[in-house]
Amino acid sequence: MDHEVILRMQDINKAFPGVQALDHINFELRKGEVHCLLGENGAGKSTLIKIMSGAHQKDSGTVLLYGKEVDIKNAHISRDLGISTIYQEMSLIPGMSVAENIFLGEEIVKSPFYIVDKEKMEKQAEEIFREMNIDINPKRLVKEMSTAQQQMVEIARSLVKKRQIIIMDEPTSSISDKDTHELFRIIHKLKSQGVAIIYISHRLQELSEIVDRITVMRDGQDIGTVNMKDVTIDQLITMMVGRTLEKMDKPVRDHIGEVLLEVKNISWGNVVQNASFILRKGEILGFAGLVGAGRSELMRLLFGAEKMDAGRILLQGAQVEIHSPIQAIGHGIGYLSEDRKRDGLVLSMGIDQNITMANLPRVCNGFFLSRKKEQLEAKNSVQALNVATNSIHKLVKFLSGGNQQKVIIGKWLLTDCQILIFDEPTRGIDVGARAEIYKLMNGLAQLGKSIIMVSSDLPEIIRVSNRVIVMNQGRISGEFENDGTITQEGIMPLMLGGVGNVS
Amino acid sequence: MFHKIADRFGIGIAIVALFIFLSVSSPHFLDIANLLNILLQVSISTIIAVGMTFVILTSGIDLSVGPLTAFSSVIIGLTLHLDIGIGIPILSGILVGALLGFMNGILIAKLKIPAFIATLGMMSVARGAALFITNGQTIHMFPSEFRFISAGNLMSIPIPVIYAFVVVMIAIFILNYTKFGRHIYAIGGNKEAARLSGINVKSVETWAYIICGITCGIGAVILTGRLNAAQPIAGIGYELDAIAAVIIGGTSLNGGEGSIGGTLMGAILIGMLRNGLNLLNVSPFLQQIVIGAVIVSAVFFDQYRRSKKDSSAAKGLNRPSQAVGATKPYQ
Repeated sequence: MDHEVILRMQDINKAFPGVQALDHINFELRKGEVHCLLGENGAGKSTLIKIMSGAHQKDSGTVLLYGKEVDIKNAHISRDLGISTIYQEMSLIPGMSVAENIFLGEEIVKSPFYIVDKEKMEKQAEEIFREMNIDINPKRLVKEMSTAQQQMVEIARSLVKKRQIIIMDEPTSSISDKDTHELFRIIHKLKSQGVAIIYISHRLQELSEIVDRITVMRDGQDIGTVNMKDVTIDQLITMMVGRTLEKMDKPVRDHIGEVLLEVKNISWGNVVQNASFILRKGEILGFAGLVGAGRSELMRLLFGAEKMDAGRILLQGAQVEIHSPIQAIGHGIGYLSEDRKRDGLVLSMGIDQNITMANLPRVCNGFFLSRKKEQLEAKNSVQALNVATNSIHKLVKFLSGGNQQKVIIGKWLLTDCQILIFDEPTRGIDVGARAEIYKLMNGLAQLGKSIIMVSSDLPEIIRVSNRVIVMNQGRISGEFENDGTITQEGIMPLMLGGVGNVS
Repeated sequence: MFHKIADRFGIGIAIVALFIFLSVSSPHFLDIANLLNILLQVSISTIIAVGMTFVILTSGIDLSVGPLTAFSSVIIGLTLHLDIGIGIPILSGILVGALLGFMNGILIAKLKIPAFIATLGMMSVARGAALFITNGQTIHMFPSEFRFISAGNLMSIPIPVIYAFVVVMIAIFILNYTKFGRHIYAIGGNKEAARLSGINVKSVETWAYIICGITCGIGAVILTGRLNAAQPIAGIGYELDAIAAVIIGGTSLNGGEGSIGGTLMGAILIGMLRNGLNLLNVSPFLQQIVIGAVIVSAVFFDQYRRSKKDSSAAKGLNRPSQAVGATKPYQ
């Protein structure tokens, strides 16, 4: 094989507030290879490819393209350098035809009035598809096509511009097995033409079919680059999870009581399929899995934020109907969403107003709000939860992630809920504040509250949970009592799913 | 620092500046009669702008306030001629406003029709209804008690000004000291967060439009009394004045931020501007141009200050996170 290095990234650093997303990363890409980036959610893969595609700027380090240093300031420059990125979320315009999408921004025009030359574009698109050996009509509207076909259009788009590097972010996560084979066939073809492909996927079993080399990332560091043929899946998993656990207190379990909540056979499209589990009083139940495994959706169903297709919910043995958050709150359930800013907080309001939002009657005298009561409750919460602020009226948008999370916890504690669902409770929160959040969760459990925690961070799951449920592709794929024997290596295969029958 | 001051008092500064300018440039501006006249002129638009503030705070819009006022006015006129006293006509005018507002609310909150479209439709429907039931004719001649109670003077203070004052006070109270008021702000600030906090978003949104309809009904009572006529073509351009007052008063079109106090000042600013332009003998055609330019400038200023704020807020946490889709994929 040709070993010419096309792209070399040296000593790349990138920090976001509270997180070192990339920590002295080195990465090289050779001509005609398929190079997989592997790592847990949050390992830094996305950040790395976003630096290549110009969506993020590196803080320091050098990027060499064909041995020459380049500065990828924006997406435009990245494209001009011959780098093409196919994101998980499609960037096609649904209402336009295939040909129009392929040539978007670089339409072929004819003189004298720069009229778009539709025929020529369609003809060229047709040639590309013929070359790719797939049957897509360039005149069709993108919205009428399957996800896999749309993906092909994305790929065609990078071909028409003769890109030398194509980045594919989980291309097979939303397409069928048959389409996956089609995709692999095209990837092989691209390889033979000398195109280098950076491939991100969590489906370990499919890697051996197409990948040449793998770079494993973990917590923003590159753990190493290996040849696919030299390693086993088990070795890869070890590289992915090899993170040492911080010293921790084992979750206390002597306060765990009787079964409080029973969830039976909840289904929602193919996102959540037949999920059943129980939750005990005073327990912290962890939900492990990859992003997209259906954990957050299951929680949203339980909270009434979405309407389930099928399934039952029992509280203390009695069936309850939960079709809306109002009902869920009435039954003593609180939900701390994954994206605090998007659906947890009203950013334009102060700490006090956010804290009382879910239970205003508590600070009302009859019909009227009592500012005095409100301030008292807010002050108590701020003190009890140790929110760092100089005023309870401070707008929550000016708080750090950890303090925002505490405000949301305060909001739910004010509703006297019995079940708290934490979705990625420490995402975007720095290490110090994390420990505080864990302590809070433990304290709440000891007070008899039941906690469900969805987390993509395995060490967090193992550190905090009394019991762990694993989900994969909408289904519950395993359950562990956290009695001290639980390991990341034990959970990871169930998260990835179907690792057992890897060839 | 300047930003903070301008942010808080920008509209106040503008009013003071205009006040000084007009006092100097026109000898009649400072007459008590003229100042009361300004307040009288803006009383209807202030009342409707209060209703509009509720709607815009939820990040909605109501384009139908003009025709709603006309329709209410026509209903008042027709019922007054039934000779059943003045209580029922006044009440029915306000109730009709509430009813049409309720319909707006259902279309928007329940049936998820964009507020712009729903109220655009209502604009035409209500206008058509007003024209249809009157056959396009103006209804004249109302009892003097009605004219007194709706548009008379109480110790030389125009009664409409008193109504506007009362409506403003009630609205300030509702928005600041009731659960409902807090819910209005929460919904405008972040609808999803509000929903997930157990707020009945649909109900609160609907009520915002009902309140806007009620203020149109109150406006109609005053208008009918002042003109001593109920015209199906009344209220042209009311939506402009109301929305302008709200926006100039610093309420965000995105919802969640703003106040009745700001709206009141916005309405007064527009009234003063109109009055001053009249006193200075500026052509009414030219006045429209000035008013339009002022509204657009106010919105520009609003956007500018918001982008400033956002860029400073964006320095907070910004870790990329993959969004969890609330959308349901194919089965």
